[in-house]
Amino acid sequence: MNKSVEIKNLDLEFGAVKVLQNLNLDIGKGEFLVLLGSSGCGKSTLLNCIAGLLDVTAGQIHINDKNVTWAEPSERGIGMVFQSYALYPQMNVEGNLSFGLKNAKLPKDEIAKRIKRASEILQIEPLLKRKPAALSGGQRQRVAIGRALVRDVDVFLFDEPLSNLDAKLRADLRVEIKRLHQNLGNTMVYVTHDQIEAMTLADRIAIMRGGQIMQLDSPEEIYGRPVNKYVAGFIGSPSMNFLEGRIEGDVFLVGDLAIPLAGYEFASGNAVSGEASLGIRPEHVVTGELVGNAPFQIDIDVSLIEPTGSDTLVDCEVAGHPFRVRMDGQAKIKVGERLRLGLDLSKASLFDKTSELRL
Amino acid sequence: MVDITSSQLSGPQGPKPRKALSRRNILLYGTLFVVTVYYALPLYVMIVTSLKGMPEIRLGNIFSPPVEVTFEPWVKAWAQACTGLTCDGLSTGFWNSVRITIPSVILSIVIASVNGYALANWKFKGADAFFTILIFGAFIPYQVMLYPIVIMLREIGLYGSLTGLVIVHTIFGMPILTLLFRNYFTSLPEELFKAARVDGAGFWGIYFRIMVPMSLPIFTVAMILQVTGIWNDFLFGVVYTRPESYPMTVSLNNIVNSTQGVKEYNVNMAATIITGLVPLTIYFVSGKLFVRGIAAGAVKG
Amino acid sequence: MADARPSQLFRNKSAKIAAIPMIVTALFVFVGGTAWTIVYSFTKSGLLPRLKWVGLDQYERLWSTKRWIVSIENLMIYGLSMLVLVFVIGFILAALIDQKIRFENTIRTVILYPYALSFVVTGLVWQWILNPEFGIESIVRSWGWESFAFDPLYNADIAIFGVLIAGLWQGSGLVMVLMLAGLRGIDQEVWKAARVDGIPAWKTYIFIVIPMMRPVFITTLVLVVTGIVKIYDLIVAQTGGGPGISTEVPAKYVYDMMFQANNLGQGFAASTMMLLTVALVVIPWAFLEFGGSKKRG
Repeated sequence: MNKSVEIKNLDLEFGAVKVLQNLNLDIGKGEFLVLLGSSGCGKSTLLNCIAGLLDVTAGQIHINDKNVTWAEPSERGIGMVFQSYALYPQMNVEGNLSFGLKNAKLPKDEIAKRIKRASEILQIEPLLKRKPAALSGGQRQRVAIGRALVRDVDVFLFDEPLSNLDAKLRADLRVEIKRLHQNLGNTMVYVTHDQIEAMTLADRIAIMRGGQIMQLDSPEEIYGRPVNKYVAGFIGSPSMNFLEGRIEGDVFLVGDLAIPLAGYEFASGNAVSGEASLGIRPEHVVTGELVGNAPFQIDIDVSLIEPTGSDTLVDCEVAGHPFRVRMDGQAKIKVGERLRLGLDLSKASLFDKTSELRL
Repeated sequence: MVDITSSQLSGPQGPKPRKALSRRNILLYGTLFVVTVYYALPLYVMIVTSLKGMPEIRLGNIFSPPVEVTFEPWVKAWAQACTGLTCDGLSTGFWNSVRITIPSVILSIVIASVNGYALANWKFKGADAFFTILIFGAFIPYQVMLYPIVIMLREIGLYGSLTGLVIVHTIFGMPILTLLFRNYFTSLPEELFKAARVDGAGFWGIYFRIMVPMSLPIFTVAMILQVTGIWNDFLFGVVYTRPESYPMTVSLNNIVNSTQGVKEYNVNMAATIITGLVPLTIYFVSGKLFVRGIAAGAVKG
Repeated sequence: MADARPSQLFRNKSAKIAAIPMIVTALFVFVGGTAWTIVYSFTKSGLLPRLKWVGLDQYERLWSTKRWIVSIENLMIYGLSMLVLVFVIGFILAALIDQKIRFENTIRTVILYPYALSFVVTGLVWQWILNPEFGIESIVRSWGWESFAFDPLYNADIAIFGVLIAGLWQGSGLVMVLMLAGLRGIDQEVWKAARVDGIPAWKTYIFIVIPMMRPVFITTLVLVVTGIVKIYDLIVAQTGGGPGISTEVPAKYVYDMMFQANNLGQGFAASTMMLLTVALVVIPWAFLEFGGSKKRG
C-alpha cells in the first residue's frame, strides 16, 4: 500500500498529562480512515497534530513521504473541516473559499478556477456572494468542505464535521462526503464519536482510547471480531451483552448454564480454558421460528420492552446477567411473557477475564 | 370520551385579576421614583445654577429653576475664568485633554488588543506569568508607582510632556484592556483561528483579517472605557504635566477651588458641567456598551 | 534531526514582539517600580531620592504624624461606611430593578450616570449642594426649620461624611449594575423552584440568591476596596482635605509629601503602607479565587 500519512512513535504531553503515547499509524493513499472514540480519547488531538495545529512532544509525522513534523499547517498539503464550520463571519462564501489561496499568493484566474470547480462539486454556486450568517447549517458545512477542496490537497482532515447538524441533515451529508471521497479519491482522515458515521464511511477504523489505538481494522472486522472487551462494548448499538463465566473444555459455564463453544473460532486457533467473558450482540440472538436451529436454547422472562419502530428491544436476564435481545419490530410480546432464545457462538466473542483481550 | 362542552365552569377562571395600584407596586415605583430623583438632582442643580446670574443665586435656593436664563457663566467658564495666574478659562484645559485623550486611547487600545490576541491565541512560555503580574499590578495603588515613573520619564526626557502622560495612560490602561481583549478573543471559536492557520495566515494576517473585523463591539467598549477614564483622570495629569498642559479636570479644580477673588458659583457650575460633558455624552449615547465596559472589569478571566 | 527544529526563542516571534509592552510594564513599572518605592522607603530621601539608609525611621515618623493618623482614621471611617452602604444600596436597587419593572432603562441610566463623571466633577457638585449658605441647609431653614444644621463640609467632626455622600452618589451605580448582572445571571428556574416551594421572596434572596452570587460579590468587593484606597481626586476637589486636616486621606498625604513638601521618604513610606492595605484584601481574594479554583475544577 502506498502511504499518504505516516505517524511514527508520536508522543504528545500537556504538562504532565500524556495525551498521545507512542502512537504509530499508516494511512494509505486514497484511504478513508476514521478515528473513533469517546470524548477525551485523543482522536481530535491526533488530528490536530497531523494538521500541525499542535506541537508534538516526540515522534514524526510524514505526509506524502515528506517529514512535516515541524512544518506550518498551511505547508503540509492538508485541508481541514471543523465541527463548528469555522467560517470567517465577515467574509462572504467566495471570500472564505479564496482566503487561503490569496495567502498562498495564487494568481487570480487560478483562484477563480478553483472556486468554480469546488462550488460546482458541492453545489454552492448560488451562495457565493452570501455571508455565512445567511446560510443554513448544512450549507455552512458544505462551504467548509469547499474551503478544504479549493486547496487542491491530497489529504483532507475532518474534525467531527457533522456533530453540529440535526439527525436528518447528518445522514444526508454523510452520504455526500462518501460520494465526494469516491469521486475525488483523496485521502481522508475523519474524527468522530458517532459509530454509525464511522461504520458507513470508513475503509478502516482506528478505535482510540487513552491516547492509544486499540484496534485498526475494517469496519466488518471491528464489528465482527473486536480485539478486546472495550472495543466490543464500544461498537454496536445497543451494545454487546456480556456473560461472566469460565471456559471448560468445549463449553462456557455461566451460572448453571453450559453453553457449547462449537463454531467459535479462537484467536490463537486452539481452544483455551479459564475465566472469561462471553460477548453476544443483541442482534445475534435468535428468536421466533428459527430458534430450533440454534445450537443452544434458553427460556427467559421478558422484563422490559423498548419498541423503536423497526426493531423491538427486549430486556431480560440470562444466568443472573442483564441481557438484551433485538427482535423484529412486528413481534408481539408482553412484559412477563416467557420467551425462548437461541444462541449461536459462531458470531460471539470471548475475552480473557483479566487481560480483556480476545480469546 | 369526556364531553367538554357541557361541563360547567365554576370558581376561579380566566386571567387572575391584578390591581395596577397594589401596595407592592406603589412601594416599588415610589421608592424607585425617589431614588431616581435623588440621583438626577445634582445634574439638575449643576444645570440650573450655571444658567442663573449671581444676584439670583444669592437670593434664591439652589433647586429653583432660573428666573432669567443667562449663558454668560458658560462663556466665562470657557474663555475667561481664572486659574490662579492665567485667566483663559477651561478652553486650554479642554484642548489639552483632547490632545492627551486621543493618542492615549489609540495607543493603549492598539497595544492591549494585539497583546490580548497574542495571549489568547499564540501562547508562549511565560506569557501567563507576565499577564498575572500585569493583572495584580492593576491593584497596586498608583501612589506606589508615581515616583519611579517620574524618574523613568525624566531619564527618557519626557517628564512634563504630553507624550509622557500618554505613555502613563497606556501603561495604567494596559491591565484592564488586555484582560478585556484577551477574554474576548478567547471567547471566539478556536476553530476559526485554526482554520485561518490551515489557510496559511500568520500572526498579523489573522489579527487584521479575522480577529479585528469580528471584534468591533469590544473595540467600542474599550474606547468608551478609555475615553471616559482618561478624560476623568486627575492624578496623572497633575503629577506628570506642567501647568501649561494641565488636562481639563485639573484646570477645573484650579478654577473652582482658587482662593482669589469672589466666588462665582454660576461660573463654577458651568465649568463643572462643561468638564463632565464629554463623558456624559459618551455615556448617554453608548448606553449598554458603557455598562459592558465597566462590567468587564468585574468579569473574571 | 535536532538541527532542523526551529529555535524555541524565535518560534512564535510575532506574539513575543506583541507582548513586549506588557512584559516591560509588568517587570519595570509594576514589579520594578513597586520594589524601588519599597526600598527607598527605608532611606532618608528628601527633595531627591538618596540611598542613605535610615531603617524604619520613615515609618516611625509616619505613625507619629497626626496628619497621617487622621488620614488612616478617615480612610477607615470612609472605607467601612462606603463598603457597607454601597453594597446595601447597590443590592437593594438591583433587586428593585430586577422586578420586571417599567422604565427599567431610564432608571438604570439615571442611577449609573454619576459613575461616568470624574471625581473632580462629583466633588465640586456636592461641595455646592452641601454649601450651607445656599444649599440644603439654607433651603430647609427657609422652609421654617430655623435650627436645622447640615453643614458637613464646614464641620470638622462630620466632614468625612460629606465626602461619603458624594462617594456613594458616584459609586453606587456601579455596584448596582454589577449586582444586577449577577441577579440576571442566576438561573430563573431557581426562582420558579422557590415559588413552587412557597418560599417568600426575601428569604429566597438571603438564603439562595445571595450565596449563589458569591463570585459577583467578591469581585465587586475587590473593585470597591481598591477604589476606596485610591481615593484622592474627590477629596482634593470637594474639601481639599479640610476643614483643617479633617478629611485628609493617605493618597493625598503621599502626593503632598512627594510633590509639595519635598519629603520623598515620607511619601514612599506612606505609599508602601497603602500597598500593604491593598495586599491585605487582594492576596486572600486571589488565594480564594485562583488557589481554590483547582479544587472546584
